[in-house]
Amino acid sequence: MKKIKIASIWCEGCSGCHMSFLDMDERLVELINKGLEINATPITDLKIPDDDTDIGLIEGAVATDHHEEEVKMMREKCKFIVAIGDCAVFGGIVTMRNYIPTDELLKRGYIETESTVEGKIPTSPELGKHLPKVKAVNEIIKVDYYIPGCPPSADAIYYVLNEILEGRKPILTGDFLKYE
Amino acid sequence: MNKKITISPVTRIEGHARVTIFLNDEGKVDEAYLHIDQFRGFEKFSEGRYFAEMPIITPRICGICPVSHHLASAKATDDILGVDIPRPAKLLRELIHMGQIIQSHSMHFFELAGPDLILGWDADPRIRNVAGLIQANPELALKAVKLRRFGQRIIELVAGRRIHPTFAIPGGVNQAFDPKSRDEILKGIDEMISYVEDGISIATKYIEDNKEVCDKFASFPTGYMGLVKDDGSLELYDGKIRFMDKDGNVVKDFKDKYYLKYIGERVEDWSYLKFPYYKPLGWPEGVYRVGPLGRLNVVDKISTPIANEHLKNFKKINDGKPVEGSLYFHYARLIEAIYGLERTKEILEDPECLSKDVLLSGKVSNEEGIGVIEAPRGTLIHHYWVDEKGTIEKVNLIVATGHNNWAMSKSVENVAKGFIDGKNLTEGMLNRVEGAIRCYDPCLSCSTHAIGKMPLLIELYDSNGNLINFVKRD
Ligand code: SF4
Repeated sequence: MKKIKIASIWCEGCSGCHMSFLDMDERLVELINKGLEINATPITDLKIPDDDTDIGLIEGAVATDHHEEEVKMMREKCKFIVAIGDCAVFGGIVTMRNYIPTDELLKRGYIETESTVEGKIPTSPELGKHLPKVKAVNEIIKVDYYIPGCPPSADAIYYVLNEILEGRKPILTGDFLKYE
Repeated sequence: MNKKITISPVTRIEGHARVTIFLNDEGKVDEAYLHIDQFRGFEKFSEGRYFAEMPIITPRICGICPVSHHLASAKATDDILGVDIPRPAKLLRELIHMGQIIQSHSMHFFELAGPDLILGWDADPRIRNVAGLIQANPELALKAVKLRRFGQRIIELVAGRRIHPTFAIPGGVNQAFDPKSRDEILKGIDEMISYVEDGISIATKYIEDNKEVCDKFASFPTGYMGLVKDDGSLELYDGKIRFMDKDGNVVKDFKDKYYLKYIGERVEDWSYLKFPYYKPLGWPEGVYRVGPLGRLNVVDKISTPIANEHLKNFKKINDGKPVEGSLYFHYARLIEAIYGLERTKEILEDPECLSKDVLLSGKVSNEEGIGVIEAPRGTLIHHYWVDEKGTIEKVNLIVATGHNNWAMSKSVENVAKGFIDGKNLTEGMLNRVEGAIRCYDPCLSCSTHAIGKMPLLIELYDSNGNLINFVKRD
């Protein structure tokens, strides 16, 4: 069986999609034994994927300039990009903030909230700059494959990875497709 | 001349953070910062929604502890109805909460932080992770996977799905529990307790062999906070908030609805995460820690027998005074996982967990609702204001990891100063800095990390702040 190297990132997401990935439970061990190699991800210590990475999983929408850089970097490093979860596929829950100007959002969060004492809006250059609108991943880079759901089920994630490992093209139908 | 080291992203934590470390001419650490690069806006964009939607919207803040947000939110909506929910509903909510404590704590110990303790701080970063653990110790790794699954399965069986359940609603829960599922869970508990005990053996052996490091590594005095039952024992679903000072005196036990009187949040320019503190003591004297270490420091005892025995050993570490070393978080976390399993058993053996009396109806009768719960990572506060129809007007949230923000920053500085030698920099040194953050199991879900930059970047600035040279390493 050939080796498949995967990497993943989370952008504007809640890490629920990565949790669903771990929800494969024993099947994750099975995939690793079958030849799945986990490269740079939030749960491993490599910070940048190797240049020959096969699959890049992206969780979360694109909300800041840092996210834009990250998804572009993933596109460069990975042969095949998979948007995983509603946030990456459509923009998801945080697009609810697209109806509100960014400064109003920040004002509520860092100045007005009742427990905040003498608040101010953080502006350090070390922090990401918010884009005017939260976007789906395919508005920034080309995406090869989509797994919708919030989060997609572990079964759906397993099916996709296993099909690829077996050299087949995964086609999601029926219960694997969740829109919620 | 100043050198700057950036660690980005910090890995094996749940969320996004980066660290910047400034070195002086001798290669010693001058200053170190933990930047939490996260802002989501839930407090604002929830305005205008119907209050009953909040338990469905807010779990999306975090996919690792969605149940905590779900339940804190549901408790706030009960408060808006002004109802005390039926006991069976309370039991079922607590049951999924225990499921989450089991899965979150065991995942953290075995799959996120464990590789440092089991494989070593200086192990090759390519294998220092859960996949490396599967190769190095398949038996232990499989136990870890099963433990996490067990916790997730409780949530699935009771609430219908593992992540982002829609089970708790204002006034109770929307589905009773069935005997078949109860039996399935009961059957597995003893085996799972033995798995956690394996983890405790690993942790206590590590502590024994590295006592000096454990007492020094990110160790400093702070206050502590957590929920307790009326008799001072550990409580995770519903209790009063206890604040303990750095010397171990209980300063105050207060009702959760008075939190605004006692907790203030400060903003710093360099982080999107605010810095809570105990208001009566002011800033920075009022800084405190929450989560497993904070909770086990504030409680007098644990109501379940096996966990309570472990607690007694934990309390001996510093002769009954608060335990200060951040590495002890790992030990505390496993003791709580045992409590989660024992408490699960108690709930399942209570005949009321199968009762159909799980929901009360009610009308919007209060303008405000407050829901507080102990999430795996610490005290979580949801506070909503509504109009007479139940439309959300304002939202205030204080998330568990936030309370530890000051302590995480302090830990980064402490470990950076203790372990980094700028002249002979190694990857393992930087991993220890990340390890200091990992102790807190932070849940910084969502935001960004500057992964576009190189993983290790050392920049040299002159005194005017101009970049004069830099070194990059993969
Ligand atoms: S799709 Fe859902 S589960 Fe996945 S990151 Fe977004 S909110 Fe979280």
